[in-house]
Amino acid sequence: MGKGFKMLISCDKATHTCDKTQYDEASLWEKIKLNIHLLICKACRKYSSNNGKLTKLIHKSDVECLNATEKERLKVNLNNELKNNQ
Amino acid sequence: MSGHKINPNKWIDLYSDYLFNYTITRVNDREIAQDLVQDTFFAGLKSMKNFKGEASERTWLISILKRKIIDHYRKINSIKGKAEVRMNLSFDGEDEGDWLEQRVADPFDKTAEDNLENTELGLAIHDCIGKLPAKQAEVFKMKTLLGYDTETICNELDITASNLWVIIHRARTSLAACMEEKWF
Repeated sequence: MGKGFKMLISCDKATHTCDKTQYDEASLWEKIKLNIHLLICKACRKYSSNNGKLTKLIHKSDVECLNATEKERLKVNLNNELKNNQ
Repeated sequence: MSGHKINPNKWIDLYSDYLFNYTITRVNDREIAQDLVQDTFFAGLKSMKNFKGEASERTWLISILKRKIIDHYRKINSIKGKAEVRMNLSFDGEDEGDWLEQRVADPFDKTAEDNLENTELGLAIHDCIGKLPAKQAEVFKMKTLLGYDTETICNELDITASNLWVIIHRARTSLAACMEEKWF
C-alpha cells in the first residue's frame, strides 16, 4: 500500500464524513474510512452513535417547519394586521 | 400600560415553526395549518391586553391555537361529515364480506400512542432547535427539515459548502446534547 492510499483519517475528517452520512452524501470509500476510524477512536464512536440517534429521531417524528416564503407571507400578513389594529 | 412585554414583531421568528409543527400533526395539511397559525397570531393581537403573563408567551399562543384547531374540526364536520357517511353506505351492498377484514387493525399502521409520542418528539426537537443560535437553526432547518440540497442553501445564504458543514456540525452537536437526556 502506497502513501496515496490513506486508510487512516483524522477525527475532524471522521466527524465531517459522519455528518455527511446523515444526509446520505458520503461516498462508499469515505464511509469505509470512517468505519476504520471508528474502530480505533472512542470519542468519534460516541459522536457517531449520537448523531445517528438524532437522525433517527428526526425521521421518526416527521417534524416539519415553514420555508422562507411561507414565513415571509405570515410576516407580511401579521404586519398588515398590526397596522390595522393601531 | 401593560406590565408584561409582548412583542408581536418577533412572533414569527420565535414561535411560527413551533406552532406550525403543533398544528400540522393535528390537521395534516400544510395550507390549513398555516391558516390556523395565522389566525392564532391575529387572535393574539386582538387579545394582547388580556395576556396576564402568568404563562409564557408561547403557552398562551398555543392555548389560542388549540381553540382554533377545535373550531376548524367543528366547521369541517358540519359541512363534510354527512356526505362521508353517505359514501360509505353506498359501498356496503356488494362488499359485505370485506367489512370485518377492513376493520382488523393493521399491524404496520402507527398506533395512536406512537403518534402521540411522535407529536411530543417533534415539539421537543423544535424546543432544542429554538435554543440554537439563529444562523445555526436556520441552516439546520433548511438542510434537515426542508431537505434542501447543499448548493441551494449555500446560494441562498451566501456561504461556502465547508461553512455549511461546520454550521451543521455545531448544530448537530448541540442538538444531540439537548435531546440526549430525554430521548436517546
